Parts: sequence; structure tokens; C-alpha cells
Amino acid sequence: MTSPVGAIDGPPAKPALTSRWDSPALRRFRRHRLAVFGAVTILVLTLACIVGPFLLPFTDTFIDIRQRFAPPLSGAHVLGTDQLGRDMLARLLMAGRISLAVGFAAMAISMVIGVCVGLVAGYYGGAIGAVLMRFVDAMLCFPSIFLLLAVSAFIHPGVETIILLIAFTAWMEVARIVEAQIKALRERDFAVAAEALGASDARVMIRELLPNAIAPIVVAATLNVAHAILAESYISFLGYGIQPPTPSWGNMLDNAQGYLTSAPWLAMLPGAMITLAVTSFNFIGDGLRDALDPRTDAR
Amino acid sequence: MGSFLARRVGQAGVLLLIVSIIGFSILHLAPGGPLSQFAATGDMTQEDLDRVARQMGLDRPLPVQYAEWLWRLLQGDWGVSYRDKQPVLRVIGSHLGATLELMLSSTLLAMMIGCWIGVLGAIRRYSVFDTLATVGAMIALSIPTFWFGLVVIYVFSVGLGWLPAGNRYTIGDGSWSDRLHHLIGPCIVLALVSTAVWSRYMRSSMLDVINQDYIRTARSKGIPERRILFQHAVRNALLPMITIAGLHLPTLLSGALVTETVFTWPGMGRLFLDSIGYRDYPTVMGILMFTAMLVLLGSLLADLLYGVADPRIRTA
Repeated sequence: MTSPVGAIDGPPAKPALTSRWDSPALRRFRRHRLAVFGAVTILVLTLACIVGPFLLPFTDTFIDIRQRFAPPLSGAHVLGTDQLGRDMLARLLMAGRISLAVGFAAMAISMVIGVCVGLVAGYYGGAIGAVLMRFVDAMLCFPSIFLLLAVSAFIHPGVETIILLIAFTAWMEVARIVEAQIKALRERDFAVAAEALGASDARVMIRELLPNAIAPIVVAATLNVAHAILAESYISFLGYGIQPPTPSWGNMLDNAQGYLTSAPWLAMLPGAMITLAVTSFNFIGDGLRDALDPRTDAR
Repeated sequence: MGSFLARRVGQAGVLLLIVSIIGFSILHLAPGGPLSQFAATGDMTQEDLDRVARQMGLDRPLPVQYAEWLWRLLQGDWGVSYRDKQPVLRVIGSHLGATLELMLSSTLLAMMIGCWIGVLGAIRRYSVFDTLATVGAMIALSIPTFWFGLVVIYVFSVGLGWLPAGNRYTIGDGSWSDRLHHLIGPCIVLALVSTAVWSRYMRSSMLDVINQDYIRTARSKGIPERRILFQHAVRNALLPMITIAGLHLPTLLSGALVTETVFTWPGMGRLFLDSIGYRDYPTVMGILMFTAMLVLLGSLLADLLYGVADPRIRTA
């Protein structure tokens, strides 16, 4: 131990900040106009889905047969009604609750799985790492929709099972990212030093390595919400996801194809909501990538 | 090249084994099991069910069943479809053509448009075109394929009446022009996501190349800029696209399933969905394995091709 302490390359030093709202990362994020647009959209969308249904004169399950297929912007129903005379706006907002909740919950679970697998594989390497990462490779060979459908068709579909299923098919990319990061970080002096000080494996992984790999993990998490919302809409559209009468943006489109000529808004509105939500999350992810890692795309 | 080939094929073999274990476990651990189609009808007693289970070999330990299943799989015996009473491989084969036709045509379209957008975006980085292309690609990646399909049908079939709303050809007509006419809609829909993917990767690959020394050398020799870009740079920037083609295959297959459903295209994706509806276990299992093997083969081929095209990879 002759080397002076100063020569050890520690975790990247945090610059002194005057205020939390003045951090360089946040400033870079705010400069990314699309990311700000995405963040505001998601905020508004989430609030509308939580609060909106309480303020509307109609509930999402109120059936008014006399008002079937009322087009948008005509009469009492702002966004029109569906084939049973249910208010489209109320249904879109209730569906949004489900779709956004599925997106966030599936993301959280897939992140936990992915981070754990990536941590263990990256930290231990060797046989354990090889087996885990080959498993990841093999899982990625299955096209996600095929895998989702194959499993969801044989179980009783409910909101919770759909969340688990989507998480089960979405953790692999995260595991790959984390594994690569941890593998590189664990050779660094600060990790070796922590080990030499007698810190347990779990402590080194969680307290030393993970915080330094947080930037790509946060980006992956954001993109995973977008992925999960899309996945839910796909399998619900195909009839094996969220089951009616519980509305989701995907299953609202399920019946809409038959009414494409007579009531196109039934198909257009939920699809537009999915696109808006998913685009917003993708924009946020892109902005976070630029904000948290200034080196990307700065050739 | 020999050892590179052997190593890569060996890796693919190991992956195939893991893939088969995953596929086998998924369908056997799922509640219902392969007997669910008999149990669901209700006119079979428990004794009958046990007898069928014995006949199908379902009473033996799972590892034994797996080994036997894998052995048959490798010999080309993929079981018999419950629904069509035909060998699964033949059922898949009869639907494969339609899917390949759709996937190949849309890939061709996406590559041509996507690569152009990527190259132009890289040459004029941060220009209005580049910004629009970047934002456009992000939006294209966010649009649900089935919804885009519905929009295309609504606009071009219902509204303008230019395109048929589904199927591969008109019944009673099977001419080339009729088939091509039916292909346009689904081809465009499936190509949307691919175009976005290709343009993104082509842009970053092109950016990598035009910052390299040999491009500067070419410039300093006074070679016209057009020639540098399109003869020296684009050719090399296209190389990594071989890998992208392999990586993109799972997404393409998923997209094909959805596109086929919207356009009632008689391909493998629709067959898969129908088989799930009928609880046709052997077919579901067969297609799941088939697609995974296709992806595996695709990435293996991409790697080998890249090795042929770029000798640096072989030694790496």
C-alpha cells in the first residue's frame, strides 16, 4: 500500500451545487425541448386519468343505448360514444389509468429482475455470468409478442398477471446494460478498495457499483415504460390482454375495427392516446440520455 | 475464418438448447397443460383423461418428456396439429410463404428509405431534415403497428378506395398485379417501424465513418465530396447494417403477427393467433420454437456474413 490515497480513482466526484434545480443534468434536460414536452404530457395525462373521471358527468360504464355512436364534438359527449353509448372520454381516461398503471408496474418489476440478473452476472462473471447471460440471449430469441401471447393464452388474464407477463418479457435488455456496466465498474479502484476493506459482495454491488451505473438504468427504465404500454396495447388488441369491461387503450381498439367505416373515432382516439403516451416516454428517455451522459452524440 | 465459424456455430447450438428448454417449460408449466383441450369439452371422464395422458406420454417425468420431445424435434417430427390433423411442420410451411413475402418486401422498402434518410441525416447533421427525421423516427417507433394498420385501411381503403382492406389476393383472381395490390398496405404498415430503426442506425454508422482518417485522406487528395460520401463512406457505413438486420428480426416477426391480424393476411402470425384460440398446443409450440430458431439462424447468418464482409471481426 504505497500508493497515496489521492491516486485511487474514486467514484466520479459530485460537483458542488448551489441548488438541486441548478444541476447541469437538469439544465441539459430542460434544454431538450421534446423531453420537456414529453414530461409535461405525461404529467398532464396522468393527472387527467386520476382526477378526470371524478369530474365527468358520465361514468365509463354508463350505457345509454339511445346515444350510440354519437360522433365527437356533438351534444353532451365531448369525444362521442361507442357502440353501447358509453362516453368515450370517460372510457379513455379510465383506460388510461389501467394502461399507465400497467406501464409503470411492469417497468418496476422488469427493472428489479433485470438489475438483479445484470448485477450478479456482471459482478461474479465466470460460469454464473455466462449461464445468466446465455439465458438472457435465449430469451431475446423469442419475438416478444409471440412469447406474451403463448403464455397469456394459457393463464387467466387479469391486470396483475398481464403486468407480470410483460415484465417477464422486458427485463433482458436491462440485464444486458447493467451487466456491461458492472463488469467495467468492478475493475475500477474504488470497487477494488471497497472489497479490500472487507465489504460484503452485496454491499459492493448495491452501495458502490449500482449508484455509478444509475444513468443508463434510469434511461432504460423510461424506455421500458413506453415498451410496456405498447406491449399491453398489442396483446389487449389481440384479445389476450386486459379483458372487458375493464377498459384499456389496447382493448378499446379490439372491437373498433368492425366500426371503422361507420364510427372511425372508436379506433382513432385510443390509438392516438397510446401514441401520445409512448412517444412522450420515448422523448423523456432520449432527453435523459443526453442529460445524464453528456458524451453521447457529442462527437 | 474456420475457428470463427466453429465458435459461432457452437454458440448458436448452446443457445438453441436453452431456447428449447425455455419453450418447453413455458407451455408445460402453464395451467391447463396439453390436456386442456380434452378437459374443456367436459364429456371425458378422469379415467379417459388419464388414458390420453398415458398415450401422449404426459405421465412421465418432465425431463424425460423434454428429451424425447427434443429428439423428435431435431428429427423433424414436430407433432400433429390438433386442429388440422396434419404435421405441424407442414402446417407452418403452408403459412410461411405469406409471412416471408410480407417480411422481405417490407424489409426491402424499409432498407431503401431508411438508409437514405440515415445517410442524408448524417451528412447534414442537425439540419432541419435531420431533426425532422430524428423526431419522425421516434414517433414512428411509438405508433402501435395495429393502429397504424387501421389508419391505413381507413384512409386508403375506406376513404380513397385505392387499396383492398385485407387478404392476400381476391378470391378467383390470383394474378401478380392483384397480389401486388394486396401487398402494398401491409407492406407499408410493417415497414414503418423498420424504416425508423434503419434510419437511426444508418445515421450513427455513417457518422462513425465520416469522422475517420481515410475519409480525411480522401478529402485531402481532392476527391469530389459526392464521391467520397457515396463511394467511400456509404459502402463502409452499410457494413454494420448486416448486424442490424439480424438484431431486428424479432421485432419484425412481432410486427408481422400484428400486421397479418389487421390485414387478415394468411401468414404464420395469424396461424399462431388462431392456434392459441383453439388451444392447439403442438402448433403453438411449433411456431414459438420456429420463430426463435429463425431469429437464432438470422443472427448467426448476420454474424457470419459480417465476418466475410469485414475481416477485422474474425480476429476480434
